[in-house]
Formats: sequence, C-alpha cells, structure tokens
Amino acid sequence: MSDLDARLARLRGSAQPKRHTARTIAAMTANPGCSRRAVLDAAGVDKGRLATQVGFPARFGQSRFAITRGNAFEAQIKADGCAELLSLLREKLDLPLSEVGYQDLESLGNESNADRHARAREAITNAATEAGTLFDHPLLRMEVGGRAVYLEPDLIAFRLAGRFHVVEIKSFPVIDGQADPAKVAAAAIQSAVYVLAMRTMLEEQGLDPATVSHDIVLVCPKDFANSPAVTLVDVRKQLTVLRRQLSRMARIEELLDLLPDDLTVDPRPDADGVPTATPEELGAALHRVDARYAPECLSHCEIAYFCRHEARGETSALGRAVREDLGGIESIDTALALARETRRPTPEQEESAALLRAAARLRAEVSA
Amino acid sequence: MILDDVLDDLGSNRGVVVDSPPGAGKSTLVTAAAGRLARAGERVMIVAQTNEQVDDLIDRIAAHAPAVTIGRLSAAGYVPSARVLHPTVTVGQKVAELNGPVVTIATAAKWATIKEGSWPVAIVDEAYQMRSDMLLRVAPRFERALFVGDPGQLDPFSTVDIDRWTGLTWDPLQSAVAVLLRHNPDLPVHRLPVSWRLPTTAAPVVAEAFYPFTGFTAGSSPTDRTLAINSAPIDQLDDVLAMAASTGWAHYELPSRHTLRTDAEAAAACAALATRLLRRGAVAVSERERDGGPVTAARTARGTAHRDQAAAVRSFLDPAVGDVTVDTANRLQGREYDLTIVLHPLSGRRDATAFHLESGRLCVLASRHRQACVVVGRAGIADLLDAHPSTEPVHLDVPVRFPDGWEANQAILAKLAEHRIVAG
Amino acid sequence: MTTLTSLARAIAAERGTAQRITTVRHVHIHERPLVLVPLTLAGEANAPLAAMVGTARDDARLLVVAQPRNRDQRFGFAADLAEIVLDYVALFTTQVELVATNRGRESRARYADGPQLIVPNPAGAAFVRMFGRSTRFRKTDGQWAVPMTVPVLGRWLTHFAERYDHPGSAALVALTSALTAHWATGQSALEDANLAALMGWLDPPAGMTGAEAGEAAEDPLAFPPAGPVTDPTFDNEVLAPLIDAYTDNPGEPALARLVAAVRGQIEPTWDLVWRGVELLRALPPGERVAVRWGADRDAYSSMVLGLADGRPPQPKRDGAVAAAGRLNRMERDQATYDVQRAFDDPLVLAEYRLSGEAFAGVVTAAQPDRVDTSGRRRVLRPHVTVLTQDPVRFTPGMELTSPARPSQKATVVSVHAGAADKAEVVLELAGGMGSSLQAPPGSVPEVGERVCYTAFGDAYQQTPDFPAREDTPWTHGGPPRDYVPTDGDAAEDWS
Repeated sequence: MSDLDARLARLRGSAQPKRHTARTIAAMTANPGCSRRAVLDAAGVDKGRLATQVGFPARFGQSRFAITRGNAFEAQIKADGCAELLSLLREKLDLPLSEVGYQDLESLGNESNADRHARAREAITNAATEAGTLFDHPLLRMEVGGRAVYLEPDLIAFRLAGRFHVVEIKSFPVIDGQADPAKVAAAAIQSAVYVLAMRTMLEEQGLDPATVSHDIVLVCPKDFANSPAVTLVDVRKQLTVLRRQLSRMARIEELLDLLPDDLTVDPRPDADGVPTATPEELGAALHRVDARYAPECLSHCEIAYFCRHEARGETSALGRAVREDLGGIESIDTALALARETRRPTPEQEESAALLRAAARLRAEVSA
Repeated sequence: MILDDVLDDLGSNRGVVVDSPPGAGKSTLVTAAAGRLARAGERVMIVAQTNEQVDDLIDRIAAHAPAVTIGRLSAAGYVPSARVLHPTVTVGQKVAELNGPVVTIATAAKWATIKEGSWPVAIVDEAYQMRSDMLLRVAPRFERALFVGDPGQLDPFSTVDIDRWTGLTWDPLQSAVAVLLRHNPDLPVHRLPVSWRLPTTAAPVVAEAFYPFTGFTAGSSPTDRTLAINSAPIDQLDDVLAMAASTGWAHYELPSRHTLRTDAEAAAACAALATRLLRRGAVAVSERERDGGPVTAARTARGTAHRDQAAAVRSFLDPAVGDVTVDTANRLQGREYDLTIVLHPLSGRRDATAFHLESGRLCVLASRHRQACVVVGRAGIADLLDAHPSTEPVHLDVPVRFPDGWEANQAILAKLAEHRIVAG
Repeated sequence: MTTLTSLARAIAAERGTAQRITTVRHVHIHERPLVLVPLTLAGEANAPLAAMVGTARDDARLLVVAQPRNRDQRFGFAADLAEIVLDYVALFTTQVELVATNRGRESRARYADGPQLIVPNPAGAAFVRMFGRSTRFRKTDGQWAVPMTVPVLGRWLTHFAERYDHPGSAALVALTSALTAHWATGQSALEDANLAALMGWLDPPAGMTGAEAGEAAEDPLAFPPAGPVTDPTFDNEVLAPLIDAYTDNPGEPALARLVAAVRGQIEPTWDLVWRGVELLRALPPGERVAVRWGADRDAYSSMVLGLADGRPPQPKRDGAVAAAGRLNRMERDQATYDVQRAFDDPLVLAEYRLSGEAFAGVVTAAQPDRVDTSGRRRVLRPHVTVLTQDPVRFTPGMELTSPARPSQKATVVSVHAGAADKAEVVLELAGGMGSSLQAPPGSVPEVGERVCYTAFGDAYQQTPDFPAREDTPWTHGGPPRDYVPTDGDAAEDWS
C-alpha cells in the first residue's frame, strides 16, 4: 500500500471503500472546485452514510414506481435479443440487416468482477476485429484515483463499419423530439464514463481506441408510450470534462498536504457495528476540509445539507449569483454592515462597499 | 484562386458558405465577388448586419468597381457617412428610389422590411452573426446566395430564454449559417486559409484555440511585422509593452482578488498601459508600411466583456491622449488594430459563467490585432477554470458547438503564461 | 438577479423575514382564478395521479386516478378535468368590450374578462403543457374514441401553456415564480422553488420566524412536495401498497383509503396555493398590469373564436415561420414587460438606476421656452438641468424617456460631475408639448421637481412581417407539409 493509499484509508477509517459507479464518477464533475468532496471521494468515503452520522442526512430517494418503470422499459428493449432496438439501430447507424448477434455478458453466478471483466474484454476485443454483436451487461474496468472500478453499461452496440457505440437505456421520455436537458446531460456524462472505459480497454489490448464512437445511442420511451426513441448524443465535451476530473483525482495529494495527517472520518463502529464516533467529532473533522458550497449542491451531493448548515451567514449560501451581486463579499453581516456604513471597508472592499451603499441608499429612498 | 472556386460553386448551387477566420480577407472577398457578379451582368443584393458594415462595404465596392452603380437602402433618419459619398451611390428608403442599381445593399433589418422584388444572387456578410429568423425574412428576396462570416465569433443572442425550439432544424435562435446548412447539408463550404491580420505570433494560437478542426496560417512572415517602442523602460508598464512588442503577447497579472466586474485597479491598469503606449510613441512596421507608421490612438483599442467595464476603463484614460476606442467584444467584432489591450473576461470573477466562458467572446478579444495583444487580468484565472462545474444541460438533436469555451480559455491561458509579467 | 434583490435577500437572511422587492404587484390576480394542483406518478411520462382543482379555497374537487397506468382511468380523469376547465373558461364569454385600434380610427371586440389558471410551480405549468399535448389530438370516434370534451381540454391547456411562455402574461401563473418576483427570502432561489419553504418565509405561523418556518417546511413528511412529482417515501411506503391493494381488490374501501392518502398529500399544497394567492392579491396592482391582462384577454378571445371556427389543434412543434413569429412576439413582450415594470414601480426602476440605465434627481434649472432656430423651422426645444446622486453612465447624444412624460424625448446635452458625488445632467426636450412654440404648463419639468429618465421607453413596437407559411424559403426547408393529426396520434399509447 502506498503512502497515499494508507493516508486515504486512515481518513476513511474502518469502513469498506464505497464502490464507484458511472453515476458517482459523473457526479464528481458537478462541483470540481470542492476540496471536501474531492478528498471524501478519493478516500472512497460513503458520503451518504457520513451525512447521516453527522446529523444531516441526504434527501435523495427513488420512488418504487420509477424503478419499476425503468426496469420494465429496459427489459422490454432487451427482449428477444433486443429485436426492437436492432431495427431502430439499423436506421440510425446504418446497421446491416444480417450479421448482428447478441451476446449477454451477465454475471455467471459466483464469478468475480475481475473474471467477468476478463470475459467481457475478450468478447469485445474479438469483436473489434470480427463480426458485429450487441453486447449486453459487459463489465468494464477503469482506474479512479488509483483504484480499479468496475462499471456496467446497459449495452454496447457494434456495427460493421468498425465502430463501437455505447447504448444507454433511460426511462425518461422524449416527447416530440425533446427531453429534460438535465436528464440528458446526466445520461451523456455517464455514457462518457463507459466510452472512456472502453477506449482504455481497447488501448490496453493494443487496439485503436478511436473505434469507440463519441456518439452514444440514447434509448428512451417515445412520447407518452413505451416504444423506444433512439437519439445519437455527441459526448465529446463530456469526455474532456471527465479526463480533466480524473486527472485531478490523481493530484489529490496536493489537497491532502493541507490537512492534518491524522484526520479521519472513521465512525469507529463497535463490535455490533454501532458507530462510537460522535456526530460532533465527525463534524469537526469534516470542517477541517474546505468546502465550496453552492445551493446547487443540494441536488447532487449527499453531504450538502451539512455544508449548507456550515455556510449559514455566508452570501454563497444564498446562491453564486447573489454573492457576485453583493460584490463578492463573503459574509452576509459584512455585506450589510458595509451597505449601512456601520463598518469601514478594507481597501480591497472599497469598490464593493460603494456599490452596496448605493444599493442601500436607493432601497431606503424608494421604500420610504 | 478561391474566389473562382466560390463563384463556380455558386453557379451550380443555391448557396455557398465561406468561413473566414479573423482578418482572412472576408471583406476583400465580398468586394471582389460583388464586383465580379456585377460585371457579369447580375443584379446583386448585399446583406450586412450593421449600418457601419454597410457603409464600409459601399466604400470598398465603389473603389473596387467604379463603374458599378450601388443603391443603399436605409431606414428613415439614416445620415449618409462620408464613406458612401461616391458618384455611383444612391441612397433611398425604398427600392424604387434607387433607379435600378446593379448592386443593392442594406442591413438585414432593412432588407427584412422589403416585401417585393427578387434578386438572382445575394451576398450575406457576417452571416454567423445573423439570426435564423432574420434570414427567414430576408431569404424570399434572393434565389442564390453566398454566405460569408467568421464561425469563431460571438453567436447571435436573444432577450428571451426558452428552449421551445431546441432540436428543430429551423430553431430561430441559431445562426443563419446553421439553419442554412441543417436544411441544405450538401452545400459547398469553403474556408479562407490565411489570416492577413494576425501576426505569426498569434495565428497558430488563435487557430488552435478557436478553429481546432479547420485552422489557418498567418499571411505575414515573422520579419514582416515589428513593433518598436522608442524609449528605455522605466517601470513595469514599459516592461509589459516591451514584452508585447517583442513577442506579440503580454499578460499583465494583477494580484489575485475577487472584485466587482468594474474592478477599478484592473481598469486603471488597462488605461495606464494605453496611455503609456501612446505617450511613448510606438512605430509599427508591416507589409503595408515597410518604413513603419506611428501607432496612433486610432490604431489601438481596448476590449472588455461588459459595457460597464468599458466605461470603467474609459474613466481612467488620460483625456490628453485623444479619442481612443474602448468597447465590448460584441462591438469590436470585425474590427482591426495594431495593438489591443484586453481585460480578461474572467479577471476577478469567483465563478465562471457561460457568458464569461463563451469562446466567441475571448476569440474576438484575442484576434483584433496586427502586432500585439496585451491581456490584463488578476491571478487565479487558472484555478477558476479548474473549478468550473460542467453541468450544462444537453439538448437532443442539437449539434455540439466547438470549440468548447472552457477548452479555448485553457489554451489561451497556457499561451499567456509564457508572456506573464506579475504586477508588483 | 440584481444587486438590489440580492441585498434584499441578505437583509431577509439577517432578519429571518422575507423582504419586498417591489412596491406594487406586477401580475394580474383574478377575482376568481382556477387553481389546479396536479400530482403525477413517478417515472411515467406525465401520467396523472390526482388533481385538486377549483375556483375557491373551500370549493375543491379532488380527482384521483386509482390505477394511473390504466388507460381508461386516465381518460376518465381527463374527462372529469375537462368538465371543470371547460365550464370555467366558458364563464367569460358573456361580456364584450371594444378596444380602439389604429390610433382610434377602428376598434375591435374582445371579452371583458378572461380565465386565469394558477398552479403551484413551474413544474405544474409543465404538467399543463404536457397534459395538453397528450389530449388535444385524441379522436372522439373510432377505435380509440374519447369524450368530446377531452381534445378540447387539450387545446385549452395548450393555450394556457403557450401564454405562459410570454413574458408578462398572467393566463397561467406558477405561484412560486409569481411570489419570488415580489419577495426575497433569506434562502437561495433554488430553495425558493419549494412552495412550502417559500410560504414558510412569506407567511410564517405565529411564533416562528420566516427562516424557522422555511426550514421546518423542508420536511417532506410534514409538508408534502407541491408536485407534480410526489415524495418517494410516500410512494414507497403508502401509495404503492394502496395501489396494489386496490388493483387486487378494486372495491370502495380500497379506493377510499387510496383517495384519503392522496388527499393528505395534495391538500396542504392546495391551502398553501390559496394563501399565496391572497398574499399577492393584497398587494396594490401596478398601473400597467391591466394593459398586460388585456393582451391575455385578446389571446383568450382569439382562442374562443378559433375553437368556434373549427381551427385545428395547435401543432406539436412550431414550423419555421411560426417559430420566428412567436420568438419575435416574445422578445417584444419581454421588452414591454421590463419597461412597464420599471415605469410602474420605483423599486424596480431603482435597479436600473443602480446599473446606470436610468437616473432620478431634482431639476435645478429649466428653460421651458428655449427655441432651436438652427433648422429650417423654429422648434421648441426646452433645456432642463437635473442634479442626481445616481451613477450616470449616459453620454451626450443619447435619447432618454421619462416615465412621467412617456411621449417626450430627452436628449443628453452634457453630463458634469457636481458637488458631493452628484452629477449634473443637461437634457434637451422634444415632443409632448403641443405644436406651438410655447410649452403648455406641466409639459416641461419645473425647477424643484423630482424627475426620472431612462434609456428605455414604452413606445409601441411595430410587428414585423414574416413570409407566409407556404412561402417558407429554401434556407429553412421550404414550405412545410400540412400537419394532419393521424390515427397514430389518437392511438398514441399511454403506457
């Protein structure tokens, strides 16, 4: 174990590192400037559990209905060797009618991830030089912060012109050609994770990574029905973003150097698995790592409610645009004191203070 | 010759697009194409985007083709500038007032009000700055058209924020060229390969950052252009100007701080550099002026992202140096100077917004100069870019735009790092 | 967001109390609006689960789809909703008023009142749009016949949704947006999207600050989400078992339990919406709110006529010409809305004064009888000097307007720095003073008068011409084929 690994393990404590998925890797790109998040992710800390332990549980939930619908749609698409999907793909990708096979790379019971990945690698590598096949449940592998992460895309299509396309099946609807842009964005970045993993795999096998297309195939229910709509989504921008984020993970040491060596968020479970670390202890440890809280965090980061509580009284808690409007002054009290002229601005605050004074004067004049 | 190819293509296609990177001779092409078409007996319709551009084109065409009659359509209240006072030019508010000229020219907004008449061929200038809905109103007037513009500059914008039409091939919010090519994907697209404006120090940088797939080269050689400042440096401002003069770029980096966007220190620095340059008296040598010409106030410009920043820079300028240009990227589009002083759009910002990252904005600011470009900005821009969240929404069936603003900013910043002078 | 509203947010955070950001109300509030609180089934494409709807707080109808995946039940819901909505929109066709057009030379008729639909939030407005889309192409005969009222409901909902896209329209109001346009809370805009939290700030229960009430309202158990998406925990622990029970045994007891559970989720939002409406109603309306409501009534009148004339349902997407025309109307509406708000409300105007797009001050000198003799004709061109503390960013030659004298043009002659951070602006006035060389009293500001000038005016903007649809040029794909709703549309499956 390297020094870095040891340090991260100490930070995480006794818990098993949290397994990354395409979704968690994609989530890392949402607020890359946040050191707290970067450090916790690098250490593989289960942020959701930690948030509960410090008394600010995340409020993400998934409805049973949504899960059922998602599974039903995926099952429908994959029924009969993806028959329905194939006819649509033929249209979109000019897939020749014949010569398309379907290979399920689903886990064989007690198979290890490494074995299953090896099996997928072999099948896909062969396909890169041979006939076209749709691969279902291939297990891919990727290095994230020095650790191997296994990823399972919905499907990978292969066409004879020699390119792989990642197929992403989502259950949000495409109505009259339009879909929720935030959901498409999430699907695009997750698919980009798979494209990257595929490219790495081919490269390791001495094959051309460019055979994996940057156009992914998004399959969604069409309009209000269950029949699929197929759209190609260009994920080149998402690939750039991901590469940047993964290389940042490699620079995690710079962040750790700023922290005390013995810093840990270890819940220290007792023999029965009950944490013995108090919420205050864990919270105090978290406070040591700088956060870059913005209200948007509430919708994508498990630990955001803790950070929001910490940021109370800061202009950033009111929104990035609000802080900018208030001249970049960090504390609400300071901004108001400058506006009311009850506090003398530092030389650096002069300009912001002038703006705030003018705003306060206008507000007073008009409201009077 | 590219003009031959373009006009050949226009003979056999309804539309031809010519992409022109900064200073690649777009106006020359438009002028020459208008002249050739006119001499071939075609009645030509020319569409430009602003009155300023219309008057410029009239001046060029009248000089290039003195036998060709030109009609300028204008709105009520238009006062003809000196540039349109050629004997061949007639000005009028209606087509009928123009006495049937060979070339009829107006802004797109004016053409959109013309409801009758048809021209066999049109030239649409600055077509990437024209919105699709404007083209819709103008297009019934022509049968074939040549579309000329710079794809790297700022996209047209709207005051309403709505994605009702995203994904539609006729989305009215996209550019005229985008709508044209989405409906007519087989139209020929030419590219002007050489920038006659940007010096060898800038062409590869701008090409790589903003035109990654097409590129272009500098038309001048490194020895063609020199900028000489005639006095020994006494302080940092001189050092910055000397760096710009000798390498084509300078990055004057102020201490890291989050500021109002009208950051007085940065605005003052822009103004001080401008004043100093004009006081020192610089001489620019180029293919046009082998013996050198003085860099007067009119041959320099200061560029900012926002109007209030331009006002701030202006407020610090020494009135004694005369009338100098300080403008936003939007208004500097299509203009050319010997030396530009640019306030970096991300200077002093805490969060990078889509506005600040728009590649076209930086492209315009970094590609106006024939000799050198000085960028003033606060330290910390690299960190800001690094921390920029990438959670932009994605729309189906909307072609991805390149270059990405984030990437382009990184590329320019990496270049500037080699030319940095830290204030202090 | 601007500095003044952000300052109000900071003050709200400091005091724990929401702050006004307008002095008047900028949205029309109907004396009898139709409030609609929709809920959908998670994961499905706009599948209705329930709606509470009515024109008074104590007159709510609750519609519940006991098996949201059942096609017949969905259409039953659509038919029930249609009955309520169509009755409501028919209420305003009794009284007609004449509006002068073409500078008073002609007039046209429009209904004297119109309908207003209020939903809790923008997602509720999206529900209206989507439900309109999924019902307006239905056929009333053949294999997939629906009641006659269902496609008509679809067209009305689409009408509301299309008005919603127009800045300044009040035909369809998303309450959270309307409230946050008038008050700033001490939380972020993102958190304001939660109606319960927002209402906590605006109208806290006795003994609590807005901040406390806002935070307490974030608990989805105590304050169910305002929809249309329901709380996942409710879905998993309450709703799913009840739907399963009903599916297994579709009798009255199972239905009653299901309806009661849904009522528990929807009723708190219903109450919040009405409280929010009352808060807005209590604000005095801005002067030009009625003008914009007139535009909504124009659109309503046209919709009623269109239906009577057998106009086809609104298309799925705009064609090239329709899109360009609509964008143009929206941009003009946006400009008008911005200007009208500023002219109606000194607090909104203050935003522009702060950013230098307007200034206010006191007239210190006036030459009301100044005549310009330089031209062919002698013209009255009074000069006034205004002393202001606002940051003036105007330069000589710029044309300004005053909200108090909208027909008068003021050209900046000079701007000089005055004493104590003040600026002295000299303006030349033209228009709005009659045709003689003597300015009528009151037409030129007098010394001592407080005046305000802006870089924008409320002038009438001409509607530009677009080619006819059948003349769509080749650059935009040429003339489009006519869209004819097909059996496919009528058959469109509802999963």
